[in-house]
Formats: sequence, C-alpha cells, structure tokens
Amino acid sequence: MGSRAVRVRGIRKDFGNVIALDGVDIDVDAGSVHGLVGPNGAGKTTLLGMLLGLSFPDSGELEILGRTVGRDLAVPDGVAGFVDGPGLYPALTARKNLRSLATLRGYAASSVEDALGQVGLLEVADDPVGGFSLGMRQRLGLAAALLGDPRLLVLDEPANGLDPAGKRQVHRVIGSLAEAGVAVIISSHRMDDLAALCSDVTLLSAGRVVFSGPLGKLAAESGDLDYRLVSSDGARAREVAARTSGISIVSGPGMTGGALASDAALVVRGSVPAMDELISRIVGTGLAVRELSPVTPPLEAAFLALTGNTADAADAADAADAADADIIDATGERMR
Amino acid sequence: MSTVTLVHPSRSDAPATVRPASLRRTFRFELVKLVAQWRIRLMLLVCLIVPGAFVAAVGQQSSLPADTVFGRQMALTGWAGPLVILAFVGTWALPLLTSLVSGDVFAVEDRLGTWRHLVVAVRSTRRIFAAKALSSLIVVLAMVACLAISATVGGLLGIGSHPLVGLDGHTLGVGDAAGRVTIAWLCVAVATLAYAAIGLLGSVTLGRSPIGLLLPALVALLLQVLALLPLPAAVRMALPSNAFVAWRGLFTSPAQMGPIWAGLAVSVAWAVVATALAHHHFVRRDFTDLTNDGSARRIIVGGLVPLAGLTVVTAVVLGGATPADGSGVTRAKLQDSLSTTFSHLYVLQTDELQRPTVTEVTMRTRSSCDKGGPNDQDSGPGNDWRCIVSWHTPGTAFVGQATFQLDVTADGRYVADGDGPKEVNGSFQVHTVDGDTPNPLWQFDGLVDLLTK
Ligand SMILES: Nc1ncnc2c1ncn2[C@@H]1O[C@H](COP(=O)(O)OP(=O)(O)OP(=O)(O)O)[C@@H](O)[C@H]1O
Ligand SMILES: [Mg+2]
Repeated sequence: MGSRAVRVRGIRKDFGNVIALDGVDIDVDAGSVHGLVGPNGAGKTTLLGMLLGLSFPDSGELEILGRTVGRDLAVPDGVAGFVDGPGLYPALTARKNLRSLATLRGYAASSVEDALGQVGLLEVADDPVGGFSLGMRQRLGLAAALLGDPRLLVLDEPANGLDPAGKRQVHRVIGSLAEAGVAVIISSHRMDDLAALCSDVTLLSAGRVVFSGPLGKLAAESGDLDYRLVSSDGARAREVAARTSGISIVSGPGMTGGALASDAALVVRGSVPAMDELISRIVGTGLAVRELSPVTPPLEAAFLALTGNTADAADAADAADAADADIIDATGERMR
Repeated sequence: MSTVTLVHPSRSDAPATVRPASLRRTFRFELVKLVAQWRIRLMLLVCLIVPGAFVAAVGQQSSLPADTVFGRQMALTGWAGPLVILAFVGTWALPLLTSLVSGDVFAVEDRLGTWRHLVVAVRSTRRIFAAKALSSLIVVLAMVACLAISATVGGLLGIGSHPLVGLDGHTLGVGDAAGRVTIAWLCVAVATLAYAAIGLLGSVTLGRSPIGLLLPALVALLLQVLALLPLPAAVRMALPSNAFVAWRGLFTSPAQMGPIWAGLAVSVAWAVVATALAHHHFVRRDFTDLTNDGSARRIIVGGLVPLAGLTVVTAVVLGGATPADGSGVTRAKLQDSLSTTFSHLYVLQTDELQRPTVTEVTMRTRSSCDKGGPNDQDSGPGNDWRCIVSWHTPGTAFVGQATFQLDVTADGRYVADGDGPKEVNGSFQVHTVDGDTPNPLWQFDGLVDLLTK
C-alpha cells in the first residue's frame, strides 16, 4: 500500500430534485482494488464520472492523485477509465479505435499493441468494432483505458456482459495492474462480481455510503443468515430446530412456499453460535447431517441487508441475469 | 481563472492537471471517424461519379433539360453541364448532403453513447465543437468540390470546351466561361455553409431525433415553398436560398452583382449565427445526462426563432439599401433585359446564317411587354407576359418585329418562347452551311436583376 490515490470527503451532487450523492466519503490507496457496489440508481456512475472529471460535486472535497480538483474536466493527468460502457466507434477497427485515441492524447504507438495484448484482443485487432460482442467491447474499453499508463483506473461495471473466461481475464489484468501500484476503483451492482477482486468495498445505496472497509468486515455485517440443512430425517430435524433458541425455521417439511425445502431439507435462520448449537443437537439425537450451506453467500447477504433490498429482489435480479454463468453456479443447489 | 482551486496545498509530486487535446489532433480524430463511415464514403463516390456521367450522357441526347438554366446548351458546350448540375444540386442535393454530414456529426455520438468517452479524451467541449464543425465542413466542401470537378470533367470530355451563351445572350469565350463557372461554384460553396451550420444546430439541439438529422433538408424545403410565393424582392434576397440562384447573375454583362453580394452576405450571416447558436447549446450541455434527446422547444426557441429574426433584420436592411420595391419584376426591367438578350442572340443568329453583319448598336432594339390582359397590372412574375420586339435592319428603313411569350419566375429568371415570325424565332433549328443547328431565338433564357430600380 502506498500513497492515497483518491480522497473523497462529504461530496454531494443533486440533479434537480434527485440527490445522486449525499455526503459520500471514499479513500482508495495506490495499489489497491476498491469495489463500489450498489443497486441501480445508487450513484455509482455519478461518483466515478466525477473521478474522470465529467462532473463536479455541488459540495465536498475531491482529491485525486494528491491534487484537489476544483472544477469539471480538470482532473490530474494519470486518470483513465470509462463510465456507462466503453466509448468505441463501430466503423473503426479495434486497433484503429485505440490508435486514433493514442494519437489524440499523444501516447506512444507501441502502447496500442501492449494494451491489445493485455486484454487478449490481438487476434481480432483488425476487425471493425461494430461486429464485436459486448464482452469484447468491454475488454477493448479496458485496453483504451490502459493506453496512457494510468495511475488511477476508473471502471464502471466492466464485468457487464463478460462470460466467465472474459471476466477472469479482466480480473487478471486488473490484479496485475494493482500489483504494479495502480489504484483501481471498480463498480458493480452485484457483490459477488467483486468479492474475488477487491480488497476494500464501499456500498452505496440511494447516494449514501452504507458500508466502507475491507471485505472481511463486510461479511460480519450480514447479520443472521439463512442456511439450508439436509439431514437423514427432515421432520425430526425440524422438531430439534424448533426447540433450539436463536433459531427460526424459514421453511421445512410440511410448510408451504419453501422451494428450497423438501422431505429431507429445511431452511433455518440464525447466528453462527446458534447454528453450532443446532448442529450438535441434531447429531446428538442420532441424525446424520448431510449438507449445510448458506442460502445466500455472506457478502451478498450483507449487501442486501445493508442496501435494504430483500432476498426476493435479488432472486429476481438473478433471473434477469440468466446470461451470467457464475450466478447459475452459485445457485446450482436449487436447480438440481 | 486558474484551472485548479487549491483548498489546501497539493503535494509536490502531484501530477499536473491533464491538458486538453490540441485542436489539430481533435480535428484529425473527428475527420478519421467521419471518413470511416461507409455512408460518407458512398456519398463522396456518388458526388464524384454521377454528375460527370449525367452531363456526358445528356450531352449526347436530343432531349435536353430545358427547364434548367443552361440546359438547352448542354449538347453545345461542356461548360453548360456544370451549371446545370449547380442549379440542380442547389435546390435539393446540397441541403440533403449537408444534412447527412453536418446534421449527424453531433448526433452520432448520442447514438453510439460515446459522449462521455469523447469529453474525457479531449477535455474541452469548445475544442470538440470546433473540431466537429471543421471536420464536417471539410467533408461538405469536399463533396461540393467532387460535384463540380465531376460535372466539369464530364462536360469537357463528353462535349468539349466551346463558348457559352450567357443569360443576356452575349457569348462568353472559353476562358471567360471557365472562370465564371468556377466563381459560380464558389458562391454556392459559401451558400452551402449556411445549411451546414443549420445541420450543426439541428444535430446539437435535437440529438438522436431524426428531425435533427434532416433539419437542413427541411429548412431547404420550407425555403423552396417560400420562393414560390410572390415575396417582395428584399425578403427573397434575405433568405439563404437566394445564394443558390444568385450566381446566375455572373452570366450577364454587366454581371448582376447585387443579388450575389446579398446572397453571400446572407449565407455568411446564417452560417455564423447558426454556428454560434449551436456552440451556445453545446457547451452548456450536461454530458452525464444520458436522456438528453433534445426537444422541439429548444430547436424552435433556441434555433429557428433567432434565425427568423435574422431574416427579418436582413430583409429590412436590404429593403432600405435597394431601390427595388415589390417583387422586383417590373415591365421596364423586363423590356430592357429582353431587348439586350434578343439583340445579342440576333447577332449570333445572323452570324450563323452568314447574313450581312449587324450589331447590337445598329439594331436599336426595343421591346414592349404586357402582362395578362389590358386590365392586369404589368408587373410581377407570371407566365402570361407577352412581348413584341422591334429592331432596325442596317441600310434599310425596315423595322423587324417578333413576338415572344415570357414565363417569368419569382427569382427573376424568364424563358422567352418565340411566337413568330417563323424565319426569326418560329423554328427549332436554322439551316447553316454546316448543317442544322439549334435556333438561338427559338427559345432562350434571360435574367432580370430584382434589386435594381
Ligand atoms: N445527468 C443527470 N441528470 C439527472 N439525473 C441524473 C443524472 N445523472 C444521474 N442522475 C440520477 O442520479 C441517480 C444516480 O445515478 P447513477 O447513474 O449514478 O446510478 P448508478 O448507481 O450508476 O446506477 P446503475 O446501476 O443503474 O448504473 C439516478 O437517480 C439518476 O437518475
Ligand atoms: Mg451506472
């Protein structure tokens, strides 16, 4: 960890009567990857746009790469990235897109080839961008951001439309940039996208910071989790659970509306110590525990709890996000 | 104003504020993007091929586009072709071409969702505006140049370089014709700037909306309709459409410079005002707002009303500065013009027939025109003008007389149609020793200067 790349204090931004950002503080250190997570309309793009110089806060302090920013379009040299999708011209080839940008900004021509190589687009560099898939565009947008060897990389939902392989590649590039000392701030509306990548996260909800800090701390914020418990006798396990203090039954054998429950499985909610107590009691009565797993990953649960979203809303989001293979993996249990 | 407000001292190793990209580089970036569009390439190709092919092909045919000025001469001289193309593209093709270039140059970024990217890359909205305006202007002018070169090459290769008969019947030598054709195209290139600027304005204020793209074409259509109305000459000259027809004044002797200067001044004024309005709207735009799709209110209040105001001011200034009143088409002017044109063409015809030499001076031609019946006022455009031309034959007391039907349009152009006697203006062709050639007096074009007394 080196110096501070971004220091944001109490910034506020209104659009008419919409408060897009309301007293936001954020710190991003050089060499770290900072996640910015929040539901739609939380203010992520507005905040990242400010870091790129697109707009300027109504009040508060904005310090980028050690320099206080005083108006829009006046961020210091060394900031790159994109908000709301990469800006690419479909009539130009991938190489021509980057070349014309490099010429515009006065970057070395060799940086174009380097950037294309880093995101794995050298083979298609001479194809018009008009024929690119969404994932290829996102990678090319990342390549465009790498052209000037930035010290602060600002990426707004760069994983949008990427398949697992593409996502891994983007994560690899971002990881090695951070190792080289680049500060990266990256947004997503899903927590699990960023869990593997970020050291720190800031959760935004309706323009306010609801959590900011290391990922490990976030998991602790999740409160009581729902667990799916599969045992050799569902009905008896349910009786034991009903008698254990600190445990509530969400669904189980003989209850309606529990798609996750079956004759052998039930869904219970409780803290980690209460769950420990429940498991030892079930085992004590001679039942076998075959499976115990959180219904929602802890980070996601924390995110949902803190942003005031319900798990049902997340389910709906999952269904809408069917193209994302990682989500299918995470919820594979209930597909079976 | 300093670019950075130092709330508390920045660290000494802090990088400098990023500098905007230079105008030259931004311009190059915009030009690359424009020329990469297949639509622009296709249009340039069409401009380079179609006029030349048309001029060369029509020159070989017997039926010529007599409705268009100089159309009747297309088979006689290669210099008529570029003028026919000029008259034709001025009304439709140029507003449409500028629509597709200037009308799209800002909107394309809205369509592609690339504004934020561009603003971050260039870091100066003023430079983006200047680069876009300049690059689209260059492409529009390249298209005008392609049209001119193509039509000229087509005419010279297909028909050849021969003298051209002007709109007052006097013959222009090859060099003179070439010079005037060039100046005429330059005048129209300046006139095109006004439409290009309207395109910028539409593109900035209306974004993705197709009306923005078509604004120059729509304005051109509106002006076409207005041009059909019996407007006072000063109002007609205050419209940017005038510059697309005023060049015809170059082909009389002396040249009718009033409408040309008025046309150039109005074109430049429209180009400047529309560009300034577009710039005003552009630099105030919120580039973080993805829903910015322009509005009808903005284009009307922020674009069309100021331009209408400009038209009113210009019309008042022109009205005060010129002695012309009403439509500008008066009986006296028409008679003068017809006498001059007839004299020149009669001399030409006499030469062709190898009759004893006459000159314009010895002919002492006079015309007497009447519009409609005896109860109609003898002024204004219309196809019911009837004129009797009389002239003296040298060495005799004989006074020749010929009748013409005149169709006078509101822009001052007229077509004189010979109505006898047969040996002067009644036959389509004349028999010369070299064979039959078109009779110059059978049907001819003339031009009245709307701005003179
Ligand atoms: N230029 C603007 N004009 C008006 N309202 C705006 C503008 N930019 C953002 N907003 C509003 O500010 C709020 C925050 O928007 P923002 O785009 O920052 O959210 P986000 O977190 O990026 O959402 P998403 O996940 O949908 O991208 C939204 O209510 C949005 O409608
Ligand atoms: Mg966003």
